[in-house]
Amino acid sequence: MERNLAHIALFAALIAVLGLVPAITLPFGVPITAQSLGIMLCGTVLGAKRGALAVLLFLLLVAIGLPLLSGGRGGLGVFAGPSVGFLIGFPVAAFVAGLIVERWQAPVAAAALLGSVLGGVIVLYAFGIPGMAIMLGKTIPEATALTAAYIPGDLIKCALAALVTRGIAQMRPGALLSRG
Amino acid sequence: MLTLTSPVETPFHRLPAGAKLGALCLFTALLFHLNSPLPLAALLAALAALHLTQGGTFAAHALRLLRPLWPFALVIALWHLWQRDPAGGATILLRLLAAVMAANLVTMTTRLSDMLALTERLATPLRHIGLAPRAFALAIALTVRFLPVLSQRVAEITDAFRARSPRRPGHRILIPATLAALDDADRVAEALRARGGAG
Repeated sequence: MERNLAHIALFAALIAVLGLVPAITLPFGVPITAQSLGIMLCGTVLGAKRGALAVLLFLLLVAIGLPLLSGGRGGLGVFAGPSVGFLIGFPVAAFVAGLIVERWQAPVAAAALLGSVLGGVIVLYAFGIPGMAIMLGKTIPEATALTAAYIPGDLIKCALAALVTRGIAQMRPGALLSRG
Repeated sequence: MLTLTSPVETPFHRLPAGAKLGALCLFTALLFHLNSPLPLAALLAALAALHLTQGGTFAAHALRLLRPLWPFALVIALWHLWQRDPAGGATILLRLLAAVMAANLVTMTTRLSDMLALTERLATPLRHIGLAPRAFALAIALTVRFLPVLSQRVAEITDAFRARSPRRPGHRILIPATLAALDDADRVAEALRARGGAG
């Protein structure tokens, strides 16, 4: 109980802190923060249930007015903005990523990569694109075109999530709760 | 810790948080039922006037919170000009601005402690599905407490990397940062158990 609670709380804080770090710089110089990487890590490291709860806790803190989303955004306004679908998809993304690492007994890096791609890209965009389509009054293909620019960066994050998860498995095997 | 609550004291600060949240839900639902630019423009103008009556600092703060929307506004404006549908574009833009502005107004005029109290009240029914109110409050407090701690740890990891290498730290800080969170979590769990547990 205490261990679950502490992990959920600390990973909610980790998502926020990773939103400040320019972890990836794309070739044409666009820095990408590691915030959605934090979402993937919640699933792949903590497992489905704890991961999703950590993300929900993070979103709750954003909603009540802490500026924790990347770029210092926060408050109820972000839930009325065009990216609301992605925010709703965040906990589901962590859950799916965690479920795959828990259930698929492949090497950790492979399971975390598949989990991140399915959860952190496919499931996340399945929420984000309709959300944007509704908020901006566009069709699904039009909203897809608007978000497509972010997919390469997200795929890099999936690879990084797999590397980090494997690194944790090697350095602290007992700490990888998704395989515990 | 920085919050988005406005330091400028307004009459809205004195309204109960629950009432503001309820009014916001109704207002947003109304916005999505209006489908022509004129009534939406009137509502947005009223909202802007409401901000301006609270003084320039307050209004400027509100304007700053709207800044992340400009890329979307640009795309919508260009798209609808190209489609020769300015009324449709105006409807979408005005609705988006009004919805975000109203939500930000609630955030700006509600103290974090009031929001927390409201959240805890709203979460009480969740105890039937196994979420103890005390554990819920403790999780929130822990996260808020560890935001600066983890942030500091990540800064130290970054500095340590810079001292060793001329390269950009980038993704190389991710594993130590995650390990820091995991180790802190274990220590916090032990400390909680030593003090009688979280339940």
